[in-house]
Amino acid sequence: MRRFLLAFVLFAALAAVPAFADTAMLTLVARAMIFALAATSLGFILGQGGLVSFGHAATMGIGAYAVGILMEEGGRDALVSFPVSMAAAGLFALVTGAISLRTRGVYFIMITLAFGQMAFFVTQSLSAYGGDDGLTLAARSTVAGARWLKDPKTFHYVVLGLLALTVLVSTMLARSPFGRVLAAGRDNERRLRALGVDPYAYRLVAYVIAGAFAGLAGALYANLTEFVSPAYLSWHRSAEFIVMVVAGGPGSALGPVLGALGVVLLEDGLAHLTEHWRIIFGPLLVLLVLARGGIATLLGGRRDG
Amino acid sequence: MTLTLFLVQMLNGLQLGILLFLVAAGLTLVFGVMDVINLAHGVQYMLGAYLMVTATALTGSFWLGLPLALAAALVLGLLLERLVIRQLYGRDHLDQVLATFGIILFVSEAVRMVWGSAPLAIPMPQALSGSVRLMDGLNYPVYRLVLIGAGLGVAGLLYVLVTRTRAGMLLRAGATNAPMVSALGVDINALFARIFAFGAMLAAFAGAMAGPILSVEPGMGDNLLILAFVVIVIGGIGSMRGAFVAALLVGLIDTLGRSFLTDILKLVMSASAASAAGPALASMSVYVLMAAILFFRPRGLFPAPA
Repeated sequence: MRRFLLAFVLFAALAAVPAFADTAMLTLVARAMIFALAATSLGFILGQGGLVSFGHAATMGIGAYAVGILMEEGGRDALVSFPVSMAAAGLFALVTGAISLRTRGVYFIMITLAFGQMAFFVTQSLSAYGGDDGLTLAARSTVAGARWLKDPKTFHYVVLGLLALTVLVSTMLARSPFGRVLAAGRDNERRLRALGVDPYAYRLVAYVIAGAFAGLAGALYANLTEFVSPAYLSWHRSAEFIVMVVAGGPGSALGPVLGALGVVLLEDGLAHLTEHWRIIFGPLLVLLVLARGGIATLLGGRRDG
Repeated sequence: MTLTLFLVQMLNGLQLGILLFLVAAGLTLVFGVMDVINLAHGVQYMLGAYLMVTATALTGSFWLGLPLALAAALVLGLLLERLVIRQLYGRDHLDQVLATFGIILFVSEAVRMVWGSAPLAIPMPQALSGSVRLMDGLNYPVYRLVLIGAGLGVAGLLYVLVTRTRAGMLLRAGATNAPMVSALGVDINALFARIFAFGAMLAAFAGAMAGPILSVEPGMGDNLLILAFVVIVIGGIGSMRGAFVAALLVGLIDTLGRSFLTDILKLVMSASAASAAGPALASMSVYVLMAAILFFRPRGLFPAPA
């Protein structure tokens, strides 16, 4: 009940933002909500499945590129480009996940990182679509021909609605039998296998779902900035997503949302303070880790198998 | 695609492989012995190059600057181990990833504040600035040959150190069973600190040696770090021999792919399609190699005994 109340207050507050915010503030909050959407999808596989994916920015970036490339080729409508974004990101997650999920632990972290970096370099070499410099979108996507997304307030509510949907899906999946198998695989893989369940397929499906939702976040982000660039896929951003999930607490569906909002607003605040904001943010991160006495405890169990 | 060009690219690939090995060696040592995944290893490579910039400027000599930069890197490595890494032993890998990412942000920004964002250069030592004729029409810079030689020398030294000395014995014992080594009266914390600082120094050595041929800039450690991860995943985490073989493999494939893949593709497809697909495929090549090797050997080429 308390958790439900917290969710209600949070989303009501986000819904009230356009009433008083100027355009710059709206852009910042939209950015935070889009990152929250991506962080929620990562939080699902990380918290529920114990899968520390270090390439989540790549799936989000692929979603953004799908919108950018489609628009360049004349496909401007979100009803087409958003599903394509999700499919492209999901497909990338399927192929890389099928290989990465054969490994566990540190290997998994490094391999997802490497595949993310591979996608980064491929976008860098797409000379037809801006290459290193990125690609400026002609305009925001249309929705069934209407130019709704152009208005910052409408865009705000679209992002908010999709974020709410993502949190809902993540919660429902976590409580479903599918989510229970994932959690069981995280807590004690050996016991799960003894029960006759091979977690590989479950993990792969979860990985693809998370990738597709990150792709959706990418499609929204491309529309927010009206620009896509290889920097969207950089491993620094993947690391930031992990920070968001862990800072907010990967155990609940709302944790990553709070973490993302917190990290984006904190970064923005520090950036106003000094251009060298990372010199403060870095040590804060180290302190966060050292102070919490181990994040594994928060994941709700040991991950040995 | 002449033979000369091929040989030059082979040497370039070898040189990238050597640099990768120097970075991957420290990474795999720290992981193998302390079970710590250290993302900050890339900034230690970068820091080595920057320390070298200052040390050569201070002393006015490459040869005096190098030991000075390495000593500074060693001290900074000890300091970092003491302040942060020591708290991460036995922690979840996720904790280690986050904390060392925090270190990356801090060190990169500190480097920007001290040395600025613009690329810097380390002057090439006078004695090594020429090039030698390896065969007809093939001139290769002396410095790059020396870099390859120095890297091979370090690899040999590491082999002797690990297999033939008391320090190496402790290291191998620590990798196998650290609590047991501790129970036998070895100061395990001091051992870990030394190994970490030694790894930092190897990365700094790679950075300092790469300085004269690459530009010294804040992001220089990032790409090498990821490639070093690919190397130790292919080689088998914790295996020094695996790191060596995989580093040379990755260095050669990456370099040769970037130079020749477009030309090879032109044999089977139209020129414009080849020049579009070539660079993209070349940048994927090492990751495809990694995926292929993991598919058949999920624990790498030389898996460390569990």
